[in-house]
Amino acid sequence: MRHYARTVPFHFAPPTRPNPMHNDAHTLRRILRDCRTIAVVGLSAEWHRPSYFAAKYMQQHSYRIVPVNPRYAIQADGSPGEVLGERCYASLADIPFAVDMVDVFRREADVLPIAQQAIAIGAKCLWQQLGVANAEADALVRTAGLDSVTNRCVKIEHARLFGGLNWVGVDTQVISARRPV
Amino acid sequence: MSDHRFQPETLAIHAGQIPDAATGARALPIYQTSSFVFDSAEHAASLFNLQTFGNVYSRLSNPTVAALEERVAALEGGRAGLASASGMAAESMALMTLLQQGDHVVAAGALYGGSVTMLAVNLARYGIDTTFVDAANPEAFAAAMRPNTRAVFAESLGNPSLAVLDMAAVADVAHAHGVPLIIDNTVPSPYLCNPIRFGADIVVHSATKYLGGHGTTLAGVMVEGGKFPWDNGKFSGMTDPSPGYHGVKFFETFGNFAFMMRARMEHLRVYGAALSATSAWQILQGVETLPLRMERHCANALKVAQFLQSHPAVSWVNYPGLPDHPQHGLVLRQMRSVNTGHGSVTGASGLLAFGVKGGLAAGVKFIESAVFMSHLANIGDTRTLIIHPASTTHRQLEPDQQLAAGVKPDMVRMSVGLENVDDILWDIDQALAKAKA
Repeated sequence: MRHYARTVPFHFAPPTRPNPMHNDAHTLRRILRDCRTIAVVGLSAEWHRPSYFAAKYMQQHSYRIVPVNPRYAIQADGSPGEVLGERCYASLADIPFAVDMVDVFRREADVLPIAQQAIAIGAKCLWQQLGVANAEADALVRTAGLDSVTNRCVKIEHARLFGGLNWVGVDTQVISARRPV
Repeated sequence: MSDHRFQPETLAIHAGQIPDAATGARALPIYQTSSFVFDSAEHAASLFNLQTFGNVYSRLSNPTVAALEERVAALEGGRAGLASASGMAAESMALMTLLQQGDHVVAAGALYGGSVTMLAVNLARYGIDTTFVDAANPEAFAAAMRPNTRAVFAESLGNPSLAVLDMAAVADVAHAHGVPLIIDNTVPSPYLCNPIRFGADIVVHSATKYLGGHGTTLAGVMVEGGKFPWDNGKFSGMTDPSPGYHGVKFFETFGNFAFMMRARMEHLRVYGAALSATSAWQILQGVETLPLRMERHCANALKVAQFLQSHPAVSWVNYPGLPDHPQHGLVLRQMRSVNTGHGSVTGASGLLAFGVKGGLAAGVKFIESAVFMSHLANIGDTRTLIIHPASTTHRQLEPDQQLAAGVKPDMVRMSVGLENVDDILWDIDQALAKAKA
């Protein structure tokens, strides 16, 4: 499933083989194995939105989802808000525990400050969703030693590499003589 | 480490199938089950909301069928595939997912007879008009476009006309009008030709033919290229909330495989022409050897075409692999060269047509005199097949429709098989001798 910020002008779907060296299947598998806590910046609380689809899927596959969206951080009565049963924070800096991955569902122009915050909170990976590929943010986090993924959906990549996407006839590009693990 | 790009010979064997997670089975298991259990009510809800991937019921998806879908998608260079009970089901799935009442289609005139009937009779009944144009003339496609045109449909290689479509030129026409190009790529198979490379947006196959290759099993596959901009304002069914699927917006949610998902959830689920797991498995046995078989089909067909050209009992020969075919240049541009073991030839597939001197009666006599060439209504078998289209596959068409579809009264269509080519030439020669007598 493609999950891209709605405001991104989108006329042709991104190539299925973006092919920068760092987005190969081996690296993506390692990132998705190592990163267990995922802060989802721009997560919607509406069930039919792509960010909700993706986060719910990851939650069901044993990842801890940390919603980051000022819109849902505080409820009308002043109490802390929740999305997908998890406390929602207004910004990455507000999260009082370590996160492994920062998954960005925001327009490309808004990604750079999120990348700076991701470095500041000690995240291991900045993941820009399908349709989002801020090159400056990509270079910044890479220099700081983080993994960086651009223009891919965390859910599609998980389903592609760990099983599921193959059940709907999508070309996963996985060729292997080993059982899926 | 960057990802390795695998060649079609490898994809034909491996794409879509890794060892079974549950058992380690190396060959593809046949998941012969109607239904799949839910882990919990929550799991069931997520599956029905399309929020997680999984199997529910084999009319929607099945792991054995999915292996075929992914393999054909990989061979076509597409994003996703969707299998169906026959090639006609794949074609109706593509067209009926895309079109609604009041829409218009521009289609090549030289189409398989069943496709002409679907467009001219059945879809017309639902208020969808089709204009048929000369497949050899891209300007004719442009001239026929209307504001309500929503699809352009043609065959990469016409059956039985053997007209070759200039796919890049016709794709440009379709895209200039903001509509997708749908290509029936049955005759070349994905080994010889990949229409998506030339701009096609959706490819359909009768997998019954070369993909299966053994004449045992009916199946169809639709492949989505993944590049069409469905949000261009002309395809509200792709962008608006789906009333048939509780408000999901297919393009927003599934992006470059949205058309396949919509066809799966709004067409296949509803109209039900699903492929059985056993049939998918049988087709996949064929797909594994598709490249090898296509090489031999091409090599044998070229020798048969050359033999017929020099035969005194034959009035004309139509084979796109012959250098004097009027569209041979397009064949060279659009189709793969294949190694025959005796040098390289252009892969023009195994289908050819010719006229027997003496017209209709001699053609019928030729067919009835064959020893092992089989008189039947299929193509793409290991066996050499022959038929007289005007009295069989295309007989439901009016004479002018027959000519528009490239069917002449004296025409014999031959699907050249994998038998020893000298034996094929022997059977042709003796049958022609009887036809002349």
